[in-house]
Amino acid sequence: MTDIQELVGGLVKKFGHKRENLLPVLQGIIEKERSLSDFAMVEVAKQMGISAADVYGTATFYSFMDTEPRGRYVIRVCKTITCFMKGKNQILLALEDSLKVKLGETTPDRRFTLLETNCLGWCHKAPAMLINDEIFTELTIEKVHEIIGEYKNK
Amino acid sequence: MGKNMLKRIDLIFKNEHDCDIILEKIFKRTNEELINDLIGSGLKGRGGAGFPTGLKWKLTSEAKGEAKYVICNADEGEPGTFKDREILTQVPHKVLTGMAACGRIIGAKKGFIYLRAEYNYLKPSLQKEIDTFHETLKKLKSDFRIEIFSGSGAYICGEESALMESMEGHRGEPRNKPPFPTDAGYLGQPTVVNNVETLAHCWTIFKHGPKKFRDLGVQDSRGSKLFSISGDTPTPGIYELELGMSLQDFVDDFGDGDSKAVQVGGAAGFCVPRKKFRETAIGYQGKLTGISLPTGGSMMIFNSSRSMYNVLKNYLEFFEEESCGQCTPCRVGCQQLLRGIEAVKRGDKPHYYLTKLLRLTETMKMTAKCGLGQSVANSFSSIVENFREEMIY
Repeated sequence: MTDIQELVGGLVKKFGHKRENLLPVLQGIIEKERSLSDFAMVEVAKQMGISAADVYGTATFYSFMDTEPRGRYVIRVCKTITCFMKGKNQILLALEDSLKVKLGETTPDRRFTLLETNCLGWCHKAPAMLINDEIFTELTIEKVHEIIGEYKNK
Repeated sequence: MGKNMLKRIDLIFKNEHDCDIILEKIFKRTNEELINDLIGSGLKGRGGAGFPTGLKWKLTSEAKGEAKYVICNADEGEPGTFKDREILTQVPHKVLTGMAACGRIIGAKKGFIYLRAEYNYLKPSLQKEIDTFHETLKKLKSDFRIEIFSGSGAYICGEESALMESMEGHRGEPRNKPPFPTDAGYLGQPTVVNNVETLAHCWTIFKHGPKKFRDLGVQDSRGSKLFSISGDTPTPGIYELELGMSLQDFVDDFGDGDSKAVQVGGAAGFCVPRKKFRETAIGYQGKLTGISLPTGGSMMIFNSSRSMYNVLKNYLEFFEEESCGQCTPCRVGCQQLLRGIEAVKRGDKPHYYLTKLLRLTETMKMTAKCGLGQSVANSFSSIVENFREEMIY
């Protein structure tokens, strides 16, 4: 058995085979792997007795269920109105500069992926971004370099 | 500012922790008494739609089903809204108590908190709070249990039927209504879906009585409401205010002295220009004079340095991405509106093309399957009609 098969097996055992457990199972894979590979989705389909097309169709609906390979740290910069007004473009430029990748790309060492996302619910402390499940608010260019510096050393 | 300050209310975040005492009190009373208190309080859904909460619980309690469910909608995704996150951080026990009260009244043994993925960091503390709450319930011999269900990044899942589709392991595509969740919700069973804030208000109503809540607000808009205030304001943040205030008073209190527009109710809401601040009140449709606008609490203030074209473009990009794609009016409509205003701005289309786009929003309002597609017309028409020159030049 491969690692993925084992991971899926564990998750299906934990949450159950029913269709209503599909999201928790897929979320469990994302938590470990940061994205859903074709292999993982087919494995979920097999083990839960759902068609692979259904698994794929469901997964691709949700913006936090990436089916493209992602880095260990997925950065999501809020692009909705208040963050936009408070300078999210400068934040994005600072991130591109610090990581040496463009929006949507992953660093060659597979550590960071840089994405945008819709409203994170921190409009009163804009601009904001998520790194995996950690939130950073009231961002400045200096703050961005500091945060990325810390993550690079993790 | 200063002399025109709106009255701050302190009910939701009030430091009260006596879950056991309140639950004991609730469990001793009859369902009828409890529902009458809720209806008497005038509480309406705080997610924005404004359905009377007491009536929703009553309908679900009367519906027949093998099992019933209570769902707390914590998929707070409307641009400019962030109050539910604060409630779940500061006073989650009030929400849990509201859920348990609902469970007892409608006869549900299971409750879910549908928490958006963007708030995943709340999970550990919330789970701890749920564990403590379960201990309290056990002592009171209640077998009601609450679970967190995580979303995965989809605005549309804040729509209750899409939310339940998502919980059932499907794409978050809204269902046809009727049947309503009160009859056929999660797994086809009678289900109450309430916003986080609505459930927290139940605490106040059951602890202090319906009068305390009802005494606040005006006419059909009773009680207080949390407002998420952002944009061009010196004092962004979360404020509990009485319903029924005029937008002028709001801007006098929270604006920066140069406010040209307020977006009430997020991207799905209405944009009110300066000249209409005085005649606009914040509350549910009812006997308010002038225009009354409902809101889930999102209040975004724009000053004269902002281009309303950029604001509308940002909203349309949002809707284009978040449209579930299931029905054509919304899927294609959002794309065409965005392309349309870009073309007018570039000069590729004449200014009267905006009138055509306004007609398209009317069609979307009539034919889109759910609130998302129907409400794009709100911000689009209120911005295009009031700031037409900014769309063109």
